[in-house]
Amino acid sequence: MTTDKTAMIRIRGLKKDFGDNHVLRGIDYDIQKGQKIVLVGPSGCGKSTFLRCINLLETPTDGEIWLDDVKVNDPATDINKVRRRMGMVFQRFNLFQNLTIMDNITLAPVKLGILSKEEAKEKALQLLKRVNLQDKADAYPHSLSGGMQQRIAIVRALEMNPEVMLFDEPTSALDPEMVGEVLEVMKQLADEGMTMVVVTHEMAFAREIASRVLFIDEGVIKEEGSPEDFFTHPKNLRLQDFLSKVL
Amino acid sequence: MDSISTQFYKAFIRNDRWLLYVKGLGNTLEVTAFAALLGVVLGTLACLFNLQRSKSGKRTIGSYIAYVYIDVIRGTPTMIQLLIMWNVIMATSKNKILVACMAFGINSGAYVAEILRGGIQSVDEGQMEAGRSLGLTRNMTMLYVVLPQAFKNCFPSLLNEFITLLKETSIAGAVGLTELTHAADQVSSATYQYMMPLLGAAVMYFVVVKILSFLFGILERKLRESDNR
Ligand SMILES: Nc1ncnc2c1ncn2[C@@H]1O[C@H](COP(=O)(O)OP(=O)(O)OP(=O)(O)O)[C@@H](O)[C@H]1O
Ligand SMILES: [Mg+2]
Repeated sequence: MTTDKTAMIRIRGLKKDFGDNHVLRGIDYDIQKGQKIVLVGPSGCGKSTFLRCINLLETPTDGEIWLDDVKVNDPATDINKVRRRMGMVFQRFNLFQNLTIMDNITLAPVKLGILSKEEAKEKALQLLKRVNLQDKADAYPHSLSGGMQQRIAIVRALEMNPEVMLFDEPTSALDPEMVGEVLEVMKQLADEGMTMVVVTHEMAFAREIASRVLFIDEGVIKEEGSPEDFFTHPKNLRLQDFLSKVL
Repeated sequence: MDSISTQFYKAFIRNDRWLLYVKGLGNTLEVTAFAALLGVVLGTLACLFNLQRSKSGKRTIGSYIAYVYIDVIRGTPTMIQLLIMWNVIMATSKNKILVACMAFGINSGAYVAEILRGGIQSVDEGQMEAGRSLGLTRNMTMLYVVLPQAFKNCFPSLLNEFITLLKETSIAGAVGLTELTHAADQVSSATYQYMMPLLGAAVMYFVVVKILSFLFGILERKLRESDNR
């Protein structure tokens, strides 16, 4: 375990209980700028909880989360400012149902006074072009396929110029034929050097883009390693068992 | 007993009595409209405060106030609220319309708050989470994302509340306001016949309710179209 103070995200002794359910039981981890961290583990092991603690959608029961020199879970920290620096993509897209695609993307930067309406639109159009959806700017989320919605959800997060992107099973709610188009966008992002924390069951994808892969089980990180070591020489028995089921 | 046509003549035409119904209907509509407006504004605020929690998950002071307001208003008769408004709170005011608007608006607000709470709870939690994850505050996400969806979700219940409100204004005669029911009652007293004036008032209420439902139907369809659902 490194205790490198230069790491972009530092997680120390992270614990999260839901009542008597001790989901996270002490997690320490450092994420360097530009790294792509992939989290795997059995259903219900706390992968989402871990990810959601990083941007404080869940409040940790104990421990510390640092983003550079800001303690994220300090009550004195303006969490909204921190969240602007971290994009999140959800399993079920969560596009704003009452807004057009353009308004979905521009709402936050405009209302928060980060970009003017024109700047935000301009930028949104460029991002939409990148994912080949520039012709959907005026559509409403419900009229689009899951794959399109998820690509737009990624664009919506990118519009805020985040320093890190958190993905919680971004392809799990998609029909199989749409998984590829979303992974493709994520790959592009990874190639451009974005720092990413990804929960996924797409093992081939994990192998391809991951800097490090983590196996979370029983509330702790049971194994951590390069994708090569992680997938070909897993040491932990539970991980071996897990991989034999998903590979 | 007079013939039907004589009854009709006495109830509506003699002494230009129809003018009294028109005045009553006007007052009824005026009170309903302003009370509905006040009710939506108050109800939205009350609902938002009612749902407000501190970081530790406890009700805030505003939340308690909203809760008590909703609870007390829904737990007491509208007639008593109206009489208290007229005789106590606004006892110095001679403006019956204003008093009625206030009483019915405050009354309706409590019901709108509860309707809207249902509407907000039927909006997927992921909508709020997505807003928060982008750095929007809870209030901003509420205003721009959740509330618009909540209002649409509870459109039929809101229409119902407005219809109830319209009919409930018929008790405003108790403070001497000439709304539609009171107008019909005055005609009855003057002519010693009840069927025609009350039937006439009932028909007018009914027609207004139908028009209201029709307009809401159009509005609802518009909302759905713009939404591609
Ligand atoms: N808001 C909550 N309240 C209570 N319990 C919760 C809450 N969120 C998660 N849990 C519980 O915490 C545990 C971990 O949940 P989590 O969603 O983090 O798992 P996961 O690893 O993401 O699983 P999956 O692969 O199914 O998405 C589960 O037992 C779950 O029931
Ligand atoms: Mg999960």
